[in-house]
Amino acid sequence: MEVPILKQGHYLIASIQSALTDADLSQLREALIERVGRFRARGVIVDVTALDVMDSFAVRTLRDIAHMARLRGAETVIVGIQPEVAFAMVQLGLTLKGVSTALDLEEGLLFLDHQAQLRIERGSGRIERG
Amino acid sequence: MTTKGKDAQSPPPPDPQAQSESTAALLRELVAHLRQNRTQLREEWARRITRAQLLTAMTEEEIFAEATSVYDNYVEALETGTFEALQAYARNLSERIIPRGVETHEVVGIVLLLRDVLARSLFAKYHEDFTKLNRILDAYEPAANRIANTVAVGFVQERERIIRQQQEAIRELSTPVLQVRERLLILPIIGVIDPQRARQLTEQLLRAIRTNRAKVVVIDITGVAAMDSNVANHLVQTVEASRLLGATVIVTGLSPEIAQTLVTIGVDLSEMATVGDLQGGIEEAERLLGYKVLALEEVAPKA
Repeated sequence: MEVPILKQGHYLIASIQSALTDADLSQLREALIERVGRFRARGVIVDVTALDVMDSFAVRTLRDIAHMARLRGAETVIVGIQPEVAFAMVQLGLTLKGVSTALDLEEGLLFLDHQAQLRIERGSGRIERG
Repeated sequence: MTTKGKDAQSPPPPDPQAQSESTAALLRELVAHLRQNRTQLREEWARRITRAQLLTAMTEEEIFAEATSVYDNYVEALETGTFEALQAYARNLSERIIPRGVETHEVVGIVLLLRDVLARSLFAKYHEDFTKLNRILDAYEPAANRIANTVAVGFVQERERIIRQQQEAIRELSTPVLQVRERLLILPIIGVIDPQRARQLTEQLLRAIRTNRAKVVVIDITGVAAMDSNVANHLVQTVEASRLLGATVIVTGLSPEIAQTLVTIGVDLSEMATVGDLQGGIEEAERLLGYKVLALEEVAPKA
């Protein structure tokens, strides 16, 4: 099943609706990375609220998406990891190191806004927060 | 009892039925003897308990009163050959004396003392008839050993029951997850963290993070006495899982001893934000959330 990718301002939002096969995940990765360039996106949000299982391939793909998107100039944030899923992931040692996470879509958007704000301020020579 | 050697034992009688009958008869005789000398033997026993400095938590009168009822139960168990009453009594006794700090060795000690006192009295009674003494002891010893066993096991079981109960109580002392400010949670951990509790704790925290939409969590471990690599790993897991839900965790209250242990055993806590005490942790959390706490005087001139 293909994951819909929505464009919202400078951000891309991929909302996973059901369990994905490895092929679906790879397809999602390709599509997102391609679209980061096409839409000049500054941020990517992957919503995994609907997932109640997260295996090592899924975690690796999410990490790859984050790293690749960063290389393409967009910040990625994974949102909506369920408590049980988080617990299981940690037990398995799948901790998404180096990838930003947020509670839900709303938080993810706030996080990206905040990051963008920081970038602008840094660009204007001010590093402190307002 | 040292007088009884292996070679002194009477040869086994051919008919087991006859033997059990004669054992029963011997036990009856024995019980009659113990009933007859109740006062004297009881006093002798209580004296020896005091002399051996057992049951120091109890007064002499109490020891004598308990000794009396133990003695009667003991004789009854010998007479009837059933141990239920004795078991119940042992449980009841344990319930009463455990809270007063009576130790296992004391309980075992006094029962063995009674066994010795009674055996001595049997020696004294039958010292002229060596064969009879042997047969009496043959009847007495298994029963006496079983009684000692019953009482000791009853005591230990009662102790274990209490320990289990207390563990349960500790576990049930729920670890509260408290909201201090909007989006800021505090999780004070007190006591021992075992794998089961660590799991429960993490689940509770994750659920609270979601319901309260928490952004920062301060875990205070001032009340955790000791930490080993297992506990440290649990803590790291909790921190990681919280991060996956988008919450930053600050750990506070690592005592100097714990800090030293962690460094010595080489647990990698580099992923973890740590602050000295709870106050510092809350201040840091407020900073992360963009709060600034001002004294009223500082605000007043503007208002």
